[in-house]
Amino acid sequence: MTALTTHAPVLLIAVPLLGAFAAPLVGKLGRGARNTLIGLIVLIVAALAALLAVDIFGASGAPTVYELGGGTFTFPLSGGQIPVRILFEVDGMGAFMCLITALIVLTGAIFSFSYWKERSGGNLFFSLFLLLTAGIFGMQLTGDMFNFFVFLEITSIAAAGLVGFRVWLKQSQEAGFKVMAMYTLSGLFVLLAIGLLYGQHGHLNMATLASSISGGLVDTIALGLLLTGLAMKAGAVPMHMWAPDAYGEAPAPTSAVLVANSQASLYGLFRILFTLFGVSISASTTGWILIVLALLTIFVGVTMALIQSDLKRLIAYGAVSQIGYMMLGVGVGLAVSAAKPEYGLVAMQGGIFHMLNDAACVGLLFFASGAVIRASGTRDLNRMGGLGHRMTWTSIFFAIGAVALAGVPPFNGFASKFLIYEASFKLSPFLAVIAVLSSILLLAVFIKAFQAAFLGPKTDATAHVSDPSLGMMLPMAALVLVIIVFGLFPGFFVDQIVTPAAKALWLGRDAYIHAVLGGV
Amino acid sequence: MNIGNLPFIVAALLVVFGLYTLLFKRNLIKLVIGITLVETGVNLFLVTLGYRTGGISPIYTYAPEAQQMVLPTPQALTLTSIVIGLATTALLLSFAVFVHRHYGTLDVRKVKELKG
Repeated sequence: MTALTTHAPVLLIAVPLLGAFAAPLVGKLGRGARNTLIGLIVLIVAALAALLAVDIFGASGAPTVYELGGGTFTFPLSGGQIPVRILFEVDGMGAFMCLITALIVLTGAIFSFSYWKERSGGNLFFSLFLLLTAGIFGMQLTGDMFNFFVFLEITSIAAAGLVGFRVWLKQSQEAGFKVMAMYTLSGLFVLLAIGLLYGQHGHLNMATLASSISGGLVDTIALGLLLTGLAMKAGAVPMHMWAPDAYGEAPAPTSAVLVANSQASLYGLFRILFTLFGVSISASTTGWILIVLALLTIFVGVTMALIQSDLKRLIAYGAVSQIGYMMLGVGVGLAVSAAKPEYGLVAMQGGIFHMLNDAACVGLLFFASGAVIRASGTRDLNRMGGLGHRMTWTSIFFAIGAVALAGVPPFNGFASKFLIYEASFKLSPFLAVIAVLSSILLLAVFIKAFQAAFLGPKTDATAHVSDPSLGMMLPMAALVLVIIVFGLFPGFFVDQIVTPAAKALWLGRDAYIHAVLGGV
Repeated sequence: MNIGNLPFIVAALLVVFGLYTLLFKRNLIKLVIGITLVETGVNLFLVTLGYRTGGISPIYTYAPEAQQMVLPTPQALTLTSIVIGLATTALLLSFAVFVHRHYGTLDVRKVKELKG
């Protein structure tokens, strides 16, 4: 372990956090200085996430404990030793999530440079953007329940700020209030559960807590509160009302980061279900609760997307439905985690792989929608049309993102959804039927959107539109590359990064505990 | 019933009142009050959790021997939670101000351009 990897988890949080507060100050010097700073920070973040991933996946996803300041410690502590015990515990799943976040943050920041060129509020935007980044990384890296809550609240405040910081827009204020209220409530549920767990076990560290949780009444109540709070923050139906508003009203480059934020909550939920509680709860009951929530999310998300006429809101409902697929895959894995049959791991792989694929596809769609809205000046699909004549590349990118998200081969959405269909069919064919049917509906949704926005005759309104500048095309092209490469060679990526991540959750509970507590 | 359990009951009542307010009130300011009530309930729960009857403040320097101390961790948690609560409440209220500026009302039944 080199010096840099030792400090990588801390730096992943500290660098964007410092950047968030430096951005408005440096912004006073001018746009160029600010963009240089932000570009530098997102590059550092991406490099650190890659470094961490190489470190973790090099050890095939085994959990590694990092301590603030890189100090070493032994447990139990010898006399007089009072280390600054701020622990980060990263395993395959955490490193995998960091890669997703780094991908979205990097492309989102580059897209934003061009997006904010002709708009006001750029300094505020980048400040909140980096704060949200720091919070998301914190949630994914921390090994401590209370720190998890603090980072959860950081993401809540930054995300609600991103939705509503443009106070001159009427609807963004409505969305901002709704998002903040739901996020605060979900945070309080999580805090109450942490209080209950602390009162029962006297620990806040995830590993020590996991070793003493026995599944009594208090533990079950805490689990219920955590499940409710984190599902609410991930935007699962029936607590999804805020999600389309937030994704729809946030500026286009950040809608994707808000989706990454929802995925971070989902990661927290999975971490709590598998690592914190694991076998001590009735896994099949919890698994089925997750499956029912997932089916509701998939179905309601897709059907609501079908009736939208606002382009961003349509994509937002599509993004809500994709959260359901991740929950379905992992829920199937959890439901059978007592017997651990082969298809349970396949389901977990599908659900976890879909997180990455969803981030790439939804990110691409939101970027493309940003380009479309910039060109046409409206978000109403009924007032668009014929944009494809002059926005050739944008329309191709949008089409690729749409069919990939709907799970059409040979793109990446198919690879992960196929694993989910296959495994959930073995648990119950009904699950697979709903999942496949909803994917077909999603394809219909995006064909409608594509037809309304890009096809149709040339009109006077479309005479002056054009593809966006290179700064906005590059991030879209990068995501298209990810979509195609992951779609053509899914086996390689599943073996290299998805399987260690899935195994870290599914089988890695003991390893996670022993990494902190020592012993075998 | 043990009198020491009273704070827990008050905390639970505060959370329930807060959730009731959130579910059944239609004014944005009242919704913020509801959230604050839940938050106060959770904070009270955390502080009560760490209290030990007759305990002294948890400072080891010059502490009398064999004296019980209240738990320091829940107090640290509560302090953090209060600070976070301040930020979220301020943000919620400022959103409410801007909603009123744009829509001219605080009634959630009239603030619904985003639906469906």
